Amino acid sequence: MSSTPLLKVTNLTLRLANGESLVEGAGFSIDAGEIVGIVGESGSGKTLMARAIFSLTPPSIQRTEGSILFEGMEVTQLTPRGLRNLRGARIGMVFQEPMTSLDPSMTIGKQLDEGLALHTRLKTAQRRTRIVEMLTRVSIQDPVSALGAYPHHFSGGMRQRIMLASAMLLRPALLIADEPTTALDAIVQKDVLELMVDLTRQYKTAVFLISHDLPMIARYTDRTIVMHRGRIVEQNTTPELIRAPVEAYSRKLLDSTPHRGPVRARSKAPLIEVRNLRVDYPGRGSLFRAQAPKRALKNVDLSINRGEVVALVGGSGSGKTTLGRTIVGLIDPDGGRVFFEGLPTVRGSDGWKRYRTECQMVFQDPASSLDPRMTVGALVEEALLSMQDITRAARRERARETLHEVGLADAFADRYPHELSGGQRQRVAIARAVVRRPALIVADEPVSALDVTVRVQILELFSSLQAQYEFSCLFISHDLGVVEQIADRVVVMRDGEIVEAGERNQIFDNPAHVYTRQLLDAVPRLANGLAGVTRADLPAVS
Amino acid sequence: MIRFISQRLLAVLPTLLLSAVAVFAIIRLIPGDPAALMLGDQADPASLADLRHLLGLDLSLPTQFMRWVERALHGDLGVSIRTGEPVLPLVLDRFWVSARIVFIAVAVAAAIAIPAGMVAAWHQNGKLDIAVVSTATVLLSVPSFWLGLMLLYVFGLKLGMLPVVGYVSFSENARAALLYILLPLATLILHEVGILIRMARASTLDLLRLDYITNARAKGLSEAAILRRHVLRNSFGPTWTLIGLMLGNLLGGIAVVETVFTIPGLGRLLVDSIFGRDYPVIQGCLLFIAFVYVLINLVVDLLYPLFDPRVAEQ
Amino acid sequence: MKTIKLNATIGATVTGLVVLAALVALFWTPDDPLAIGFEDRLAAPSAAHWLGTDEFGRDVLSRLMAAASTSLRISILTVMTAVLLGTIVGVAAGYVRGWTDRILMACNDALLAFPGILLALGLLSIAGANERGIVIALGLAYAPSVARIVRGSVMSLREMDYVAASRIMGNSEFFTIRRHILPNCVGPLIVLATSMFGWAILAESALSFLGLGVPPPAPTWGNMLAASRPFIAHAIWLALFPGLCISLTLLSINLLGDALRDRLDPRMRGG
Repeated sequence: MSSTPLLKVTNLTLRLANGESLVEGAGFSIDAGEIVGIVGESGSGKTLMARAIFSLTPPSIQRTEGSILFEGMEVTQLTPRGLRNLRGARIGMVFQEPMTSLDPSMTIGKQLDEGLALHTRLKTAQRRTRIVEMLTRVSIQDPVSALGAYPHHFSGGMRQRIMLASAMLLRPALLIADEPTTALDAIVQKDVLELMVDLTRQYKTAVFLISHDLPMIARYTDRTIVMHRGRIVEQNTTPELIRAPVEAYSRKLLDSTPHRGPVRARSKAPLIEVRNLRVDYPGRGSLFRAQAPKRALKNVDLSINRGEVVALVGGSGSGKTTLGRTIVGLIDPDGGRVFFEGLPTVRGSDGWKRYRTECQMVFQDPASSLDPRMTVGALVEEALLSMQDITRAARRERARETLHEVGLADAFADRYPHELSGGQRQRVAIARAVVRRPALIVADEPVSALDVTVRVQILELFSSLQAQYEFSCLFISHDLGVVEQIADRVVVMRDGEIVEAGERNQIFDNPAHVYTRQLLDAVPRLANGLAGVTRADLPAVS
Repeated sequence: MIRFISQRLLAVLPTLLLSAVAVFAIIRLIPGDPAALMLGDQADPASLADLRHLLGLDLSLPTQFMRWVERALHGDLGVSIRTGEPVLPLVLDRFWVSARIVFIAVAVAAAIAIPAGMVAAWHQNGKLDIAVVSTATVLLSVPSFWLGLMLLYVFGLKLGMLPVVGYVSFSENARAALLYILLPLATLILHEVGILIRMARASTLDLLRLDYITNARAKGLSEAAILRRHVLRNSFGPTWTLIGLMLGNLLGGIAVVETVFTIPGLGRLLVDSIFGRDYPVIQGCLLFIAFVYVLINLVVDLLYPLFDPRVAEQ
Repeated sequence: MKTIKLNATIGATVTGLVVLAALVALFWTPDDPLAIGFEDRLAAPSAAHWLGTDEFGRDVLSRLMAAASTSLRISILTVMTAVLLGTIVGVAAGYVRGWTDRILMACNDALLAFPGILLALGLLSIAGANERGIVIALGLAYAPSVARIVRGSVMSLREMDYVAASRIMGNSEFFTIRRHILPNCVGPLIVLATSMFGWAILAESALSFLGLGVPPPAPTWGNMLAASRPFIAHAIWLALFPGLCISLTLLSINLLGDALRDRLDPRMRGG
């Protein structure tokens, strides 16, 4: 390891036109071949800082102060041409959203060729060979025909591999990875990250890994920087930081990582029973071709008892959302039945009205689950509209009470959703679901869209409400950490079927099914919140 | 890809059929008796009945429709009440005159507007952008017939540079023909540029925030290269669709410009035949323009995958 | 942000002036727009007649103001017709889906297969070339565009979680449409209505220019332009002012529409 760091950032401050600073006084360094992680919540400035390294900040950033020394050059003083020579060739970047990072109207081959053609003197045939080699290296099947394919022919995971290939083709000295796996399924996440670590180790590329996911940072990085509201709060070697965080915010972050909840005594009285449920995807056949309909749910059996929290886990396409929506009555099954308190949940039948009020739902994205034109108070009151014998004043009272219970003072009742933060909006969604004291709440990824520290608060709120009102809960999530904290029972799904179900501790400690084990392996967890798997423990590349 | 093409072709057929029905319905709904119109008010009932029988007006409506469609498919759109000439050749003749002007105008307008819109979006809210957008907004607010009149006044009457009335076909005298269509072309071009700039700018703005543009920058491409290689093709789609709509619109709407510059085009034919209650010609024009419009949009759709390959996969 | 305010201010002011002139014209104009005065024919703008007189000696300014009333009236009625028809069709197709949607949209597309003014021209042959005919013809010609936009809005709103939430709360379908879907359609609809208002004014002028619109002697900007053609060489003011009126009105409507669109958009995405 040489003595001069590859990248040395000193006193970096990024300001908007009005003088407000989004990043303030940041200072850190990266050595050649190191993997440095930067962790923070939304608004921490981590992405801005990373982009500032090669001057790729958005136009709203008007002033950059401080020094960025990369390979001995002062980046802030470079000419546009100098910057263009730097970008791609010495510093590469991988973006978060695989869907939008690649030009949809250009073939993969052409896009990968761009950087090579720009920065190297290789001939066309040589470039093509290099590209095919790299595509093979990142495990793209049939790389030669991939050259002529378009991005939309590939899945999210494969697109991220292609992005990695694109960046690493030029053997940059530094790779900036901005939440590279956030949009991917757990198992795919692990594969892509390990590929990234592998590749960068091979080419001795340093990595600047940005994420909000602390366990992931802990597993894959040598050093970690913690950022909060534009300032670097703490930085240290990763094992040290995890073992003994110094600053209050760092400790708060670590405490926010979910940990296993207690085993609770529960009732055995069944509330919901699902038998032989079958749901097909909406008709895809055209007039001329009858297609076998794809099954979203194939013969699913499930039961939920009173007062228990059942977690439904699986990747995208597993059918967990469809199952949740069918149980709550939004989707009509194509086969099989859902029973509530022993009665079938068929529209217009005897049990329908009661079922309709006793089963409620909390959605993932509070931005789209709250009507933007209604006030918070009106939103919660609406749930009480179909209640008999209740005056308007009583409704308002009850709505306010419930808002208090979720931690929102009276002043919030007259505000609109867009005036609230993500966490506050989710509280409103929960209030709306809880105000009728339903017997069952289906929660579809209720905390996935929230920051880590906010997540913890909402989960606690949820738990305390559940303990107080003893409603059953079907908790749908792809995040195993959250599930470990809150669930009594766990049901694992894949491709529209249940592959395994059981008590929470059983599933987490002794998974029976191969898929369950893969899922658990893929998720980096800080066992018991502190000492856990770190990069030092990963097998070295052969 | 084959599937995409055949789907589009098949989708067109019901639309064509329904348009034919609509045209048929419109003509049949016009108050008045065609036979009386042709023979005059004073004609005796027997002659009127004979003529009605000859025209097939005594048959049931669906039968009339089928006969009409059958004849149309053979190229027989009837005969003009006023002049007696067959409708289809007449319509085609006029169509070439209008089509030439329309296609050249839209092509030139697009060639100017698309780069202008793209560059304006690239420098969003800068001086260039504001200038371009203001110009575009003014241009599209000015009605084309007034613009034509004013241009005619300035260049034709006051400056005497260009002829004021009339039309010379290219086959007669190319140079003269060019002079005659210069003003109508200019009128159309100015108006369409306004509309196209705004669309090009809007669709460029939409994709500026996308990651693949930042990605291109991160690879080290220059701004010009990014515009050329990544922005142009991806932003073109909506503008391309608009061009198709515009072409169709102009085929009918050009009537006003043709009136101002006294050009014997298809729009003018339609208007004259409405004045003259020349039903076969009205019918022929409506049908013809509707069909051409559907065809234009079909071509636009079929070429769309060139700009956005995702469309062909659905 | 500055551009939005600027657009809105200019747009609103000029539109306001036009509306004002139109309203005033209902009660008073400097001269009788229909009064013929042979002594004063083709007079250039002067103190007596601020914008000159036409070939019949009628005061141009008064005629312009009266024309404003007519044009605005026709446009408002047209937009109301189109919005009413189009919304009903659009909501039915977008919410119910299935065969209702397919049939309605097939008819809609057949009407949309006629480019712009063509359908209006065709419908005018039936309805007759007068004020009522124009409102019917243009209203019917624009309704399919409204239907498309409303249908699109309703279809995407239907998938919104808050619509699902409303159903889960036990609200009836009707209530859900009324409370959650319709109000959230209003945004794009307002923007479209503003544009349509401009199209209607332009279309009415064009039709009148062609001689198929409001028949003389009642003045509209379009037929005033048509009548000015023989005199354009010597009495340019007859062509200049009506055209300016149309252009300025359209410009201000476009600016207003832009400002509206910009203001409504980000707020609908939740700030």
